[in-house]
Amino acid sequence: MTGTSWGRYPQPRVQRLLTVRDRDAALPPFDGTALPHGNGRSYGDSCLNDGGTLLCTRGLDRFIAFDAERGVLRCEAGVLLGEILDLVVSQGWFLPVTPGTKYVTVGGAIANDVHGKNHHVAGCFSEHVNGFELLRSDGSRRWCSATENADWFAATVAGLGLTGLITWAELRLQRVRGPWLNSETHRFGSLAEFFALSAASERDYAYTVAWIDCAARGSAAGRGHFIRANHAPAGDGPRPSKRRLAVPLTPPLSLINSLSLRAFNALYYHRLRGRVQHALTHYEPYFYPLDAIGGWNRLYGPRGFLQYQCVLPPTQAEAALTELLARIAASGSGSFLAVLKVFGERRSAGILSFPRPGATLALDFPNDGPATFALLDALDDVVAAAGGAVYAAKDARLAGARFRDYFPAWTTLQPYLDPRFSSGFWRRVTE
Amino acid sequence: MRRILIVGATSAIAEATARLFAARGDALCLVGRDAARLATIAADLGVRGAVRTATATLEVTDYAAHADVIALAERELGGLDTVLIAHGTLSDQAECEASVDALRREYDINALSVMALLTPIANRFAEQGFGSIAVISSVAGDRGRMSNYVYGSAKAAVSAFLSGLRQRLQKSGVNVLTIKPGFVDTPMTKDFPKGALWAKPDAIAQGIVKAIEKGRSVVYLPWFWSLIMLIIRNVPEFVFKRVKL
Repeated sequence: MTGTSWGRYPQPRVQRLLTVRDRDAALPPFDGTALPHGNGRSYGDSCLNDGGTLLCTRGLDRFIAFDAERGVLRCEAGVLLGEILDLVVSQGWFLPVTPGTKYVTVGGAIANDVHGKNHHVAGCFSEHVNGFELLRSDGSRRWCSATENADWFAATVAGLGLTGLITWAELRLQRVRGPWLNSETHRFGSLAEFFALSAASERDYAYTVAWIDCAARGSAAGRGHFIRANHAPAGDGPRPSKRRLAVPLTPPLSLINSLSLRAFNALYYHRLRGRVQHALTHYEPYFYPLDAIGGWNRLYGPRGFLQYQCVLPPTQAEAALTELLARIAASGSGSFLAVLKVFGERRSAGILSFPRPGATLALDFPNDGPATFALLDALDDVVAAAGGAVYAAKDARLAGARFRDYFPAWTTLQPYLDPRFSSGFWRRVTE
Repeated sequence: MRRILIVGATSAIAEATARLFAARGDALCLVGRDAARLATIAADLGVRGAVRTATATLEVTDYAAHADVIALAERELGGLDTVLIAHGTLSDQAECEASVDALRREYDINALSVMALLTPIANRFAEQGFGSIAVISSVAGDRGRMSNYVYGSAKAAVSAFLSGLRQRLQKSGVNVLTIKPGFVDTPMTKDFPKGALWAKPDAIAQGIVKAIEKGRSVVYLPWFWSLIMLIIRNVPEFVFKRVKL
């Protein structure tokens, strides 16, 4: 509980941290504004409240009830997705939707309406939430679901914690036969190949995602690995490594620079022998490869990094992605793990929910100051022209006008905002 | 399967310890002051795998109520083989210097109530010929320091009591464990600035369960406090009295 965000940019100056431990108690008293803060895995300032208070929810980490027959779990909002997996996988259940880290809280997963590699079949996290309790600063409590207080449900899902504190929730899990997945990795040489592979895989594979070499230029541009997978039938498979690496301190400079980047990406691309590779993989390395390296965000040095995730509508996706990748490769910046995925058609109830039909690209940029911000502004020009959007949970720098353009429904949220709740992100994009 | 009574079950260390027991499929009786919080914790432990949970409210200074609570735990769990005493308050030293009532209250909660609870429990365990008693004392009990000697001396009384009890019960097959945590990041210490020496309740809980399993006598948690306290205990008094600690 440090009161920072995962990108370590921006760094809040003054923030009061209050831990919430009792879901039935009133909110602790605070001056000014407050913001619920889970495990600090949002990248930018959507989980920060500089000059105000953070209501740290990791103190709300209790399970309430688990129906192992029906796969329905009730738990407090500060429970981590990883803690749920520790409990339910051995009983034949799995998260219906999981982001790329298991170190997010249930409240955070709802407040950002997170998505995963199975968006094309399962939609967003909120689609599997039966309901949750919302506690407002005036002391009122509401049970919010798709049928009860449905307007509050739609405002709070992807509502960035601004409508009140989620105290507990009820989730529907998915049945699995064990902790393993059958995965197939295909090498592709171009974006056109990626889109063909993705379209061909959507029907038969629960999970599809691609790693893309964001440093490749010219004829190599748009190359990468496409990974599709399904939960494996019962049987035995490899156990995840118990060894957990950690980045013990922050190096004085970012270890991720144009040299290491090009080398890593080229090596990674050619690591795959042949065009296709099959594997039986435990869910830990499959879904959460970076969770195995504690504090990997420190590799970007003391200035932190910026993550950029955008979505581009289907008709514009290939052209806009080509343009984005060309600009990123020309800049020499970018990340080891650039991720590309085609979202499904399903729309979540959340007013500010990010996923929409089209292709989504996510990657990190070391914070190199003005050059990085100028590059991201240039990427925004491409995304806006294509009619796309940028993900608030990842953002630390989006211009207010751009946000309002990407999420025109943001005004619909206003009557539901808690008058005593605010965030750095919200002030930045709406004031 | 253990049948475990936890007194002070809403404390952060006790709750973290109870989760480890629950995950192993033990049966737990939780005793504390706040019935609603006990019920919340009991439900959580049930989901985590506890085969049975029961709760009872108790003001530990209500000595007349001790026997009923212990009987309830035995009845609900079908016997008792493990007891963890975890209740306590971090005394306000300045208040205790100004008020004898405050001093007596802190001793009541942190020392006398612990010994009072252990008296019938020790007799029962001695009679049945097995059992494990674990009590959260403190590194503060190893030497009185000006900043918290009321709390520290109450914990010193508990540690000395346990050492005698351990000798007495040795022949009966009953283990007595004195747990001495250092700085732990809990609601009890929320107003302290936290540094490198501070540990999380989870880490302390793992140490407690391991020590109970191994039948240890005294544990410092985390372990490095044994070295720190070795030094602090051995500073000569003529030096110690000039130090501000």
